[in-house]
Amino acid sequence: MQRYATLFLAQLRLSFVASAQYRFEFFVDGAIEVLWTSTALAPLLVVYGLRTSVAGWSFGEALIVVGFFTLLQALLEGVMNPSFVAVVEHVRKGTLDYLLLLPADAQFMISTGRFHLWRSVNVLTALGIFVVAFHDLGRMPSLTSVALGCTLFAAAAVLLHAIWTLAMCSVFFAVKTDNITDVLSATLDGSRWPSSVFRGATRLVLTFVIPLGLMTTVPAEALLGKFDVRMLAASMAEAVLLSAIARFVWTRSLARYTSASS
Amino acid sequence: MSVARSLTQFRAFAHVGTTEAMAYRAEAFVWLLSGTMPLIMIAFFGAVTRDGPIGRYSTTSVVAYFLATFVVRNLTASRISWQVNLEIRDGTLGGRLLLPVHPLVAYAAESLGAMPVRVLGSATMALVMLAVLASGSLSHDPFIWLLWSVSVVLAWLLSLFVSVTIGALAFFVDSSAKLMDAWLAGLFVFSGYLIPVDLFPPRLRAVVDWLPFRYQLGLPAELMVGAHDELHALLLVGRQLGFVVAGAVITLLVWRRGLARFAAHGG
Repeated sequence: MQRYATLFLAQLRLSFVASAQYRFEFFVDGAIEVLWTSTALAPLLVVYGLRTSVAGWSFGEALIVVGFFTLLQALLEGVMNPSFVAVVEHVRKGTLDYLLLLPADAQFMISTGRFHLWRSVNVLTALGIFVVAFHDLGRMPSLTSVALGCTLFAAAAVLLHAIWTLAMCSVFFAVKTDNITDVLSATLDGSRWPSSVFRGATRLVLTFVIPLGLMTTVPAEALLGKFDVRMLAASMAEAVLLSAIARFVWTRSLARYTSASS
Repeated sequence: MSVARSLTQFRAFAHVGTTEAMAYRAEAFVWLLSGTMPLIMIAFFGAVTRDGPIGRYSTTSVVAYFLATFVVRNLTASRISWQVNLEIRDGTLGGRLLLPVHPLVAYAAESLGAMPVRVLGSATMALVMLAVLASGSLSHDPFIWLLWSVSVVLAWLLSLFVSVTIGALAFFVDSSAKLMDAWLAGLFVFSGYLIPVDLFPPRLRAVVDWLPFRYQLGLPAELMVGAHDELHALLLVGRQLGFVVAGAVITLLVWRRGLARFAAHGG
């Protein structure tokens, strides 16, 4: 475990050194990230200017969902998608061989292969959104709610990583799959609103197939003090189950990989 | 240069665009999947209108509006800026400059040629959904539909000019691709793609009326759902034409100035 923590820090330091070469770009990218967050906030600001509640959620409550969405987006766009692009390059060039030869778990090395550190601006933006949301609600979250919210968000991150791994495995089967990162981002877009806005078949798909509701709405409910033990169990179970499936598919996909030298 | 020759050249470049799009048809399908934001907005505004209409929008008209934005975005979006940017930075623009046709005409023809493959699936799907779910909310005025067809062409041209201009900024700065990202964020918020512009507060709406974003995307969608009477629609399309002319002038200026700085392989 300690070894992997050291490896993680080493990978992070490499990405930091790489991005520190382009300091101006770092700030430009950070500013653009803030602009993109406005695409999630603008509809809320306009609609809640005309309404006090949407699908049972007040403005402050809906903001908490957007906050978690912004955090997840930071993870997807800052950690997972850059690594995806790196894997595609590795498979095309045949350099995945070098990664597989390393004395560390290949899935770990791939998942932490490349970070876009300017996306971390989104973490600050999300914290800002949480502050504004609780200011609007006129109260503070309890310590228990914060702990539960963090736990459920961690489960959401594991879930997202599992879905990302499944999508990443497609690189072993198809040639041109870079754009799948766009599909992942587009799918995650569905989690920017509380899950109760969805109805019918869409809601079923978004609960059981791609569990977007578990990713942002459930952590938001926990942070708001609406704790439901069944949701905690469901989130944990889904995270473990999907991660196991992802690990299985990853191992099988890797078996199909014909290296550059074979 | 005769008109016939120009047309032949335009057709040849359009054919290149079509063939490239055919070669990467799976990519076109992925683009379709990644352009689903209007469907997410339907869910959100659907929840809003459950408790009664918002502005002039009921649940059905909100579905019609966002499906219309989906159709218009697919018909008018231009992704040429990445290519222009790349060709300037890696020098392949040098080869293009040797061809007996203006690069801007070639870019226009290629993106037009790629359109049938890119939009056939998406536009058909959205049009069928529109017909089934919300045909009652579409405009029934033939004059408005005539204006719509003009407006879609103008929106495509405006998107093309914006895309080429931002791509051509690579002549001057390193990060023109990021400027396109910033422009896209503005487009999403102010064009009517995420929020119908008539729901904006009046002051913001007055500003949005004079920004180019709405004329790239929102206006044709508004025309489809009959948001404007004939006179107002004509006025708005006239304003859109003004933006297109301004876009053409700016594009040519940036291109000429930029080209003077361009040093290709061996240049």
